[in-house]
Amino acid sequence: MLKLIDVQTHYGKIQALRDINIEIHQGEIITLIGANGAGKSTTLMTTCGIVPPSSGDILFNGKSIVHMNPNRIVAMGISQVPEGRHIFPYLSVKENLDMGAFLRDDTDQIRKDMNYVFEIFPILAERQHQQGGTLSGGEQQMLAISRALMAKPKLLLLDEPSLGLAPIIVRQIFDIIKKINQENNTTIFLVEQNANLALKVADRGYVMENGRITMTDSAGNLLANDDVRKAYLGI
Amino acid sequence: MVTFEEIKKSFLACIWFMFLTFPIMVIRVNTVQNEIEWRWKNMILIGIASFILSFFWRNLFRQKIKKGKQKDPYENTEKISIFQKVLKEKKYYFPGTVALCFFVIGFPLLFSLYQINIMITALIYVMLGLGLNIVVGLAGLLDLGYVAFYAVGAYSYALLHYHFGIGFWIALPLGGLLSAFFGILLGYPVLRLRGDYLAIVTLGFGEIIRLILENWNEFSFGPSGIANIPRPGFFGIKMSLEGHTIYLYYLMILLVLFTIFVVNRLQNSRIGRAWIALREDEIACQAMGIDKAKTKLTAFALGATWAGMGGVIFAAKTTFINPASFTIWESIIILCIVVLGGMGSIFGVISGAMILILLPEYLRAFSEYRMLIFGVVLVVMMIFRPGGIIPDIRRAYKYKSKETH
Repeated sequence: MLKLIDVQTHYGKIQALRDINIEIHQGEIITLIGANGAGKSTTLMTTCGIVPPSSGDILFNGKSIVHMNPNRIVAMGISQVPEGRHIFPYLSVKENLDMGAFLRDDTDQIRKDMNYVFEIFPILAERQHQQGGTLSGGEQQMLAISRALMAKPKLLLLDEPSLGLAPIIVRQIFDIIKKINQENNTTIFLVEQNANLALKVADRGYVMENGRITMTDSAGNLLANDDVRKAYLGI
Repeated sequence: MVTFEEIKKSFLACIWFMFLTFPIMVIRVNTVQNEIEWRWKNMILIGIASFILSFFWRNLFRQKIKKGKQKDPYENTEKISIFQKVLKEKKYYFPGTVALCFFVIGFPLLFSLYQINIMITALIYVMLGLGLNIVVGLAGLLDLGYVAFYAVGAYSYALLHYHFGIGFWIALPLGGLLSAFFGILLGYPVLRLRGDYLAIVTLGFGEIIRLILENWNEFSFGPSGIANIPRPGFFGIKMSLEGHTIYLYYLMILLVLFTIFVVNRLQNSRIGRAWIALREDEIACQAMGIDKAKTKLTAFALGATWAGMGGVIFAAKTTFINPASFTIWESIIILCIVVLGGMGSIFGVISGAMILILLPEYLRAFSEYRMLIFGVVLVVMMIFRPGGIIPDIRRAYKYKSKETH
């Protein structure tokens, strides 16, 4: 479904990504784990066109999306939950969700989808008239995920959904990510520092170090891998 | 409750003020007789005044904090102003509108030519404020060079008339279009900028336009300006000066209504939502699939369009323009109108324009203190009503009244 081929990305003279090759199939949950500064977020940014790659190719359903504007990439069905949530603080929860459906015209379907996200995150239904900025961190993350879902994405890119959240909320959010994947067959590309949890929900994983993919395997194998355990699981 | 602590603080403030104002308020050098006059009485007056002021200020502040604490943070309890309550209640809404209509229509019959002229100026500023509101209030792009587009509009009418004899009605849309073009021209290089940087670049842009107009004599006739710009015509009927003014007044009312209509529609449209998203969070805006460049450029272009049309009307009203009318000061007044009235709120901008343009006219006696009052009002506003006189309704209750589904 999504294929990154030899992608290189630079920030000015600094090279952030070196020869990244990632392949994601329809319906999978793929996770990209790595330390701070490994290039995980850049990989996502490059995928959704905000930081264009300097070389290499990105194919989405067989079509190259390199050098496409971010808005066109969203329109093709790749939706991103940015790192640090980035909800609209002064808009109500409902308006935030409306913004997620910005590119859609099918009002009835939008309403159905909104009911769906209210179903999976009941707290948002309760808080729907409240300003986004007044929500707690966990609720904001839920809102950010819901907002991305409102675009009805084929591929959902999640950037560190566990950032700054209590373990119990993180687990809740990961359960829901799994649920979204199973119920809607939404392909999910998950970038995480919390390797343990990420590998538990994912089908396959990529390990990233200094802008390179150093390892890739099924999530189970990675969890069992000694190097990964030492480096990221702290065992 | 008055505590000793507070009296002490106020006392310190009063001492500080006496010290600060000492050189200008106490010492006066008489250059004729070569002697120094010590006006100690002034010092005492300032001391008393600053003590009282500081005391009241502290009290007000404390009350505000108290009020803030009482609010339940989990409920959207943004205060709804009396004005909004009136708007909501059908009982007041209808007669209010009718009364306003009568007042607006009857205005030229009730008041003198001088008053009508002031009102026209105020209405031009309403239009400018609503235009800038698109850029600053909705899209959140701080534009300090807005007056440049106003100048472009005014000069496009003046020059088009001078060279090609083009009349007001053709110049009005043309001036708008030209300004929109300049808006895009300014918008393009500043696409990546935000906040302070954007403010500085737009400030520079405004000054560039003014300086060009002032120095390019062959093009714009420099500081001497362009005179004999015709007033708007009405199917070729000849009118007296008074007739012209009244006609312009009604014209302005129509244009303001048109502006309100368009801005209101824009606000609730897709592009309006994109502007709001851009204002709130740029990264999220991109993640939503909003084209950032297009959104910013349309904000600049549409905002500039109104400034351009305002400029054409200004030129037609005064029949004479020169670069002195388009200084940075104008930009700041327009910005104050938007901020004071309430960013993003149409009614707020209208009331802001009325207050900021009409009040100084009627308070000519205090014209020396105009800047002082301006400053004080803005500071007090930012502390006690940060959302403006009539804040954006969207934030206050828009979705509250809607049924949940």
